[in-house]
This record gives sequence, C-alpha cells and structure tokens, in this order.
Amino acid sequence: MTTAERVNPSSLPGFDDAIARFEPVMGMEVHVELGTATKMFCGCSTEFGGDPNSQVCPVCLGLPGSLPVVNGTAVESAICIGLALNCDIAEWCRFARKNYFYPDMPKNFQVSQYDEPIAFDGWLDVTVPGADATAEPDVYRIGIERAHMEEDTGKSLHVGGATGRIHGASHSLLDYNRSGIPLIEIVTKPIEVPPAVAPAVARAYVTELRELIKALAVSEARMELGQMRCDANVSLRPVGTTAFGTRTETKNVNSMRSVERAVTYEVRRQAAVLTEGGSIVQETRHWHEDTGETTAGRAKEEAEDYRYFPEPDLVPIAPSREWVEQLRTTLPEPPAARRARLQAEWGFTDLEMRDVVNAGAMPLIEATITAGADAAGAKKWWLGEISRTANERGTALEDAGITPADVARVEELVAAGSLNDKLARQVVEGVLAGEGAPDVVVEARGLAVVSDDSALGAAVDDAIAANPDVAEKIRGGNMGAVGAIIGSVMKATQGQADAKRARELIIERLGG
Amino acid sequence: MSGTEHGLVGRTAAELATSIASGEVSAVEVTQAHLDRVDAVDGPAESGVHAFLHVDADGALAAAADVDARRAAGERLGPLAGVPLALKDVITTSDMPTTAGSRILDGWRPPYDATIARRLREADVVVLGKTNMDEFAMGSSTENSAFGPTRNPWDMTRIPGGSGGGSAASLAAYEAPLAIGTDTGGSIRQPAALTGTVGVKPTYGGVSRYGLIACASSLDQAGPCARTVLDAALLHSVVAGHDALDATSIDQPVPDVVGAARRGAEGDLTGLRVGVVKEFGGEGYQAGVEARFNDAVAQLSKLGAEVVEVSCPNFVYALPAYYLILPSEVSSNLARFDAMRYGLRVGDDGTRSAEEVMNRTRGAGFGAEAKRRIMLGTYALSSGYYDAYYGQAQKVRTLVARDFEAAFGRVDVLVSPTTPTTAFPIGERVDDPLAMYRNDLCTIPSNLAGNASASFPCGLADEDGLPVGLHVMAPVLADDRLYRVGAALEQAYAGSWGGLLLNQAPELKESAS
Repeated sequence: MTTAERVNPSSLPGFDDAIARFEPVMGMEVHVELGTATKMFCGCSTEFGGDPNSQVCPVCLGLPGSLPVVNGTAVESAICIGLALNCDIAEWCRFARKNYFYPDMPKNFQVSQYDEPIAFDGWLDVTVPGADATAEPDVYRIGIERAHMEEDTGKSLHVGGATGRIHGASHSLLDYNRSGIPLIEIVTKPIEVPPAVAPAVARAYVTELRELIKALAVSEARMELGQMRCDANVSLRPVGTTAFGTRTETKNVNSMRSVERAVTYEVRRQAAVLTEGGSIVQETRHWHEDTGETTAGRAKEEAEDYRYFPEPDLVPIAPSREWVEQLRTTLPEPPAARRARLQAEWGFTDLEMRDVVNAGAMPLIEATITAGADAAGAKKWWLGEISRTANERGTALEDAGITPADVARVEELVAAGSLNDKLARQVVEGVLAGEGAPDVVVEARGLAVVSDDSALGAAVDDAIAANPDVAEKIRGGNMGAVGAIIGSVMKATQGQADAKRARELIIERLGG
Repeated sequence: MSGTEHGLVGRTAAELATSIASGEVSAVEVTQAHLDRVDAVDGPAESGVHAFLHVDADGALAAAADVDARRAAGERLGPLAGVPLALKDVITTSDMPTTAGSRILDGWRPPYDATIARRLREADVVVLGKTNMDEFAMGSSTENSAFGPTRNPWDMTRIPGGSGGGSAASLAAYEAPLAIGTDTGGSIRQPAALTGTVGVKPTYGGVSRYGLIACASSLDQAGPCARTVLDAALLHSVVAGHDALDATSIDQPVPDVVGAARRGAEGDLTGLRVGVVKEFGGEGYQAGVEARFNDAVAQLSKLGAEVVEVSCPNFVYALPAYYLILPSEVSSNLARFDAMRYGLRVGDDGTRSAEEVMNRTRGAGFGAEAKRRIMLGTYALSSGYYDAYYGQAQKVRTLVARDFEAAFGRVDVLVSPTTPTTAFPIGERVDDPLAMYRNDLCTIPSNLAGNASASFPCGLADEDGLPVGLHVMAPVLADDRLYRVGAALEQAYAGSWGGLLLNQAPELKESAS
C-alpha cells in the first residue's frame, strides 16, 4: 500500500450521495472448501490444523512424476452444489491447468476448470428486509454463471515483516497441508439491483449460499477457518447508463458483515474517484477489517496470462444423466423453502423469523419443538437467556451448554405447573452454568413450586394475618387486592409458591 | 562377434530367466557379469559408451541374492526373476537418484517409486542402474543430457539416438539384456533403430506413467527395450496393466504380447494385411534406409502377409503439430522445477526473493533445448495465440488419428522406416534443431494418436554399415500385432544374419578396469 493510496474515509461521499450519481454492478466469486475426507487428487487427509506439511504426499507436493486422480466424492459434491444452484450440469467437461508461478503452488500450475465448468447457468434467490419493519421482504434472483472444481494451494507464512504480508518480510514458510484440498468456485453473473440495497444483497447472497452449502452437508463453510472465501467485484456506472464500468476485485472478504461493508466502501471510493474525473484502475484490492477500507493490490495489466489448456493428466468427466438425476433426488429442502415452511408451522412473524435466523437458532428451535416444546416457548429461551449467555461467553448458541432436550424439559415442567417463570429461569441458568440437566438442577437447588395445600395454606394464612387491611378489601369484594396477598405469599416462599393455587386458597378463605 | 560369445551377458533375457530358474546359474552370477561388463565398457564418460548415469552395484547384487535365496527356498518367482535391467533415468526410484538427464535434478533422490519401478521389483527383476537420456526426454541423440552424450556401440563417434539413447546403447553394448525407455515422439523406437535393437511404444495408457517424470503428458508412454522380440514381450507383460494412480491408464486386459511373439516366431504371417505408408519415403530418406525398408516389406510379403500401399495424408502435418503440443505441455510440466522444494537451488544467499532464486535456478539448471521448448510452449499457449497454435495443432492431432482409423479399416498394421537416416556423428546436428526434429518424422504420428508402435532391426545400410529399423504401427490396444510381425521378421532374418543383427556389431574395446 502506498501513501498516495490512502484515502480518508471521512472525505469520501456518503453511500447515499454515491448512489445518487452512480449505480453499482457487482459480481461475487466464492470459494468453498469441500469437506471430503481426502484431497482433490490424492489420498491425503484434509483435516484442519495438522502440523505443517504433515498431510502431504508426492501428488499434492507436485513431485516430479506424480499424477493426479480425481476424488469422486468431490465431483459428486460439485454436482450437488450445481443442482442446488439450479445450474445445468455439463454432460462432458475437463480440468484445465492455470499456469502461474508462486512458491505455495507446488506444480506452479493449479488444476482448475476453465471454459468447461461442471455446472453453469443457474440462480439463487436471496431475501433482504423491506424498507421498514412493516414492509414485505424483497426477493432478488442472483444469476449463477458457473460453479467449477479446482484444487487449493498451500499456505505461505511471511515472517519478519510488520504486517504478515510479503512486503517487508525477511523470509517465508510454506505449508502444503492445504495444497490439493478440493475447492468449488461459484461465480455469479453481474448483479444489478436497486443501488440502495446492493450491499445488503451482496451480504444476503453470501449468507444464503452458505446456508445452502451447509444444508447440502458438502462443507461446514466456516468463513473464519477459510472454508468459505469471498471475492467481491464492484464497478460503477453513471445512473441511467447501461454499459459496465471498470471493476475492482476485493479479495478475501471473509465475513458476512465484511461483504456488506466492503461493497459499501468500494461504491463510495469509486464514486469519489469518478466524481473527481479520475478513472478506476482494474485491480485486485485488499480488504482491511479493522479500518473498513480497501487498498490497491496488484493491477490487472501486470496480471499474468494464465495460459489455460486442458489438463492432459486427467481424463474428461462425463457424469451420466442417470447419476445426475439420482443426485437430484438426494438434495435437501432448499434453505429458503425450509425457512418459509418452519415460519408458517411456528406462526412467527417475518421479523421474529429474521431474528431467529440471524441468531442461528433455527435448527435449535426446531429440535426443541421436536423434543416436545411449543414454538413460542422454544424461541423465548433460545433468543433470550441462552443467547445472552452465549454472547457473554462469545460462544455459538449450540455450544452454550444446554441442549434442545433440556429446554424442552424446562418447558414441560412449566406446563405441568412444577415450575413457574421465575423458577424456570433459574433452572436454565443452572444448566448453562454446568450444574447438570434440568431435573438435576431442580433437585439440587430445591426449586420445585410449592403447591402442596398444607404448606401453601399456612403461608396464605400467615399472609392474610399480616395484611388485615388488604384482607378486608378482598372480603369487601375488591378482587384486585388479591395480588398483594399473593405477592406476600411469594415473598415468604422465596418465589416457589404456585401462584395459581395460592390465589384459589386466598379466595377460599376470604370469600369471593 | 555373436552374442553367445559374450558369455552370460550375451544371453537373452528369456535364456537367463530359464537358466536362473533351473539353477544353472545364480542371479548373483548373472548380475555380477553384467556389472563387470558395465565396468569394462561404460566408462569413462568422455570416451566409453556412457549408457549409465548411475549404477547401483550393491543394490543390484542384494536383489539378485534375494532372488537366489528365495529360489533355493522353493518360492515361486516371476518370469523374469533375477534378470538385470537398465532403467531410464526419467523413472523415479526411491533407492537411486533420478535426474531426467537434467542439472536441475542433479542428485535428487525421489521419496517414492514409480509404478514401473515397483512392478519390476515385484517381478524380481534386478535393476542395475539408471540410463542416460536427453534432458527431460527432449532430443533425438542424448546430446542434450546435462551429463554428456551416450555413444553408439556400433560406432563410438556416433549418437545412439534419443532421448532413450542410454537404454538402447546399454542393450547394444551387452550391459543389460533389458531396458525401460519412454517414448514421447520416438524416444524408444528411434534409438532402437539406430542401435539395432527392439523398442516398443505400447498403446498410450498401456503402461502406467505414475513416476515417469513428464515431458509431454498426453504423448509420453513408457515401454520395453530389448535385443529380441520375445524379451521385449516378456518385459512388456511385466510392466503393463491398469494402475489406479494414473488416470490415463487403460483399465483393460493387457494384450497377449508374449503369446503373439511366440506365434510370430513360427514365421507365418498369412492373412496379415500390411499397409506401407505412402507419405514416409523419398526426399530426405537415406538410400540405404529405403533399401533395407523395401527388403523388409518384401520379407513380410514372403512370410505370407498381404502388402498394400496406404495414404495417410495428414501424417505430414504431424511433426509441426507435435512441435506445438509438446512444448505447450513441457512449458507447464517443467514449471515445478523452481528450487523451492527439491533439486538445484541457485543464488539463495539470503538477499534474493523467491522469484529471483527461481529465475537463477531455472537459468542455470535447464539446458538449451529445454529452454527452447519452454519458450515455444509458453508462446503457443499465450492468450491471443492459443487458437492459432495449440488449438490448431489439436485439430491436426484429430486428423492424424482419423488417418490411422481409416488405414486400420483396411490393414492390420502400417509400416515405414523408423528413421529417415542411420545414426549420425556426435555434434552434427546440435546446432540445427530442425534437422534433429526430422529424426522423429515417422514415429510422431503414433504419439499423437496414442496407438501402439515398434521398431525392429531390418539390416544395415549399404553406405555406412549402420543399423536400420522397420517401424510397425498397430491400432490402439493391438500391441500384440507388433510382436507377431517383429518375431516373424526376426526369425526370417536369423538365417542370413547368423542370429540377431546385433551380432554384426563391432566388438567394443574393454577398458583395463
């Protein structure tokens, strides 16, 4: 990054100002690491986190004489992704070599696909919230240009510099464990949506794609582990024109929020350049999570000519139509359809459902309902107590320490009258604190509701005796005063009284 | 001097296998005899045959002793158990260095065995060492070896052909009865022709390429080299067959090449239809080569074959197409030699970037021909040129394959001279790449189409007394036809030659060692 490159974000036009003059056109390129047990072209393990260079062999090290053999499971996953993205599946396609030199690429070419991708010409619908809370959400259909298979490169670790980037480093370390891990690259067609929602659509696309990949169970798609990596292409054109402007490609935008921010930033930056009469340089750009800026990477005019040609070490892939159709029958319900179905079944509003999805609580709520709870109860716990605790601890909801079955059991105890709201909260708190299953916590903390008439009757008698004025009002027919006596009973029983039964006993004694 | 006068090293692989199996000689004796012969004729590099880049005497003797011990224990051993073999240095071996004839791999010891090397070991074949070759199998003379040329045992001032000149010369010099070669445009067949030996390029995919350091992946094919047709067939059957580690390996039974060689030796070719390729002959072909070729065709006819002339009009475009496809693949295959993981590293003094070290290493590590082809291929694949060069060449490749298809609709095998000329003097063509490339005019079409081809000795040219080869081409997976024709011819000529053609080669001077 040169100093000339530095721009002060506060000097950029606001996003609304930028889109008053320019329309963004976007293109998203997403790489997904497949969760196959072995690599794309050899039998090495794909497990994450092994010691450097412990999961390598002659093939993924590109040693002289070694040859690739295609991982059939990876091809199957690629076809499933293609089908789920409504793509055509090639009847015949090949791998190609993408030639360029880089030390972490052991053959100095990457086996990829070029003009013959395995899947092409599809679409994915994405939903963004309406203009305000009451409006219907808007659905945009994102065109999918292609999905193709390729192998990942190794990893370079640049040592001795300040930034971890190659610039300024004294030397680099190479780890080839990642070399040859199967990747699927999914490329959209140009995305042209109302400018105001462009960044949100970009985010929604990546979010939806990730949901789809997870539903297909072909990858965990954890962006923080690099299992899903996103490059965002952005260009601007003056409002009212149709020709595309020059685009930039912002690499490695690796969270949903960053996708939205990076697109927003590029729109503002490019608008500033164009407004000042400058022109956009076709280049790759780096995204900086901390500052929310992009900076120039390598300019495309210096970019290499990859000299693609068909990979002669591999034979063409010709998936039979029978196989493709058989795979189609194994596809899970599309995430969007599943969300719509569950929302209807559970009776949630759009807003409620969005909260559930954003919290990642949908599968947990579903499992809780399956375990016997009702929808409202399940949602209350997962989005309330449990979300709060997970946030405090910085863990995922599913790792908070309570299972859907636990939550369902708490709800069951409440419904049976053994717990009241306050007690139930204490039980959940106990489970989250690791004190054991709900019944264990109830037992250990002695949290059962007091509904036994003799114990409760004594407490009621005490409360009436202690509040003669209130008792008099109730005798006089002021039923609104019953609450005060109940409050007193609850206090005396440390909240463990069955409030409903207490009310009945009070009315029995004081006449209604 | 006839082969039998050489004692053990003069025997064929089939004879040695029988003798070892019967206990008449031990594998150790056989191996020692060949090691002694290597000692006597192979060095020094400046004046000996120089067929070997590396000899593993200890390893070979240990393997031979193991064969003897297991035979003594009554174990059932393979058909070539205890027979020595010379392995082209382009095949990876975990127990010997593998250089592919290049400075850039000088001293590299692969951590793994090629499938061929593994199959040879499993068959109890004794690997003597690794043979010299043109760098990365690019050349027709072994003069492109970074370690100096191999000499032709027929005339030590001449080249033995290439790229597999070391393998062919080791046979002609009685240093080994068997050798493995690889053939990208003629690198098994042309040296066979120039040394009076047998060389077979199997159908593409017939022998695994796993562990064969790639020259041009879509053209490379390893195959057997031997002094007799039966020996080549025996070796073929040991190394051929499907390999799950090579995606281009054919998953079909290996043709019965040994049976075909035995039947062919009965000398009856009745019913065989032979097509003489009209386009290969005339201008540029040495008179003595054409004369011996015509004799061989007449001989086939005499053995009962029906001979017709066949036109393959696109074969004349095969050479230019090959010299676009080959360098394109080479430019990509040779990219991995970058000093980062193995092999030569030049200029890494702590001040230079990885890119600078790569550049310096490649500059110092590759020879002129490798660089020439890397540049040609890089150019041919460049954006804007791809369609005109690589794309067009692939179309020619399809046309060549169609010519073969049409021809094999009419005939069972095609024949031509293997090479336009006999062995030429060392140094004669090093500065004229085009003249060098013309060596492979007749052999290249089979690499482009992937069908099986072979060269068999068919006599000596009158003008220089050097060997001439008959080139026989068969359809994909019809490798057995080559052996039938080769064995019939070998048997037919045995009378007039007093055995093998090689028996007429001059005796090599043995060094004092």
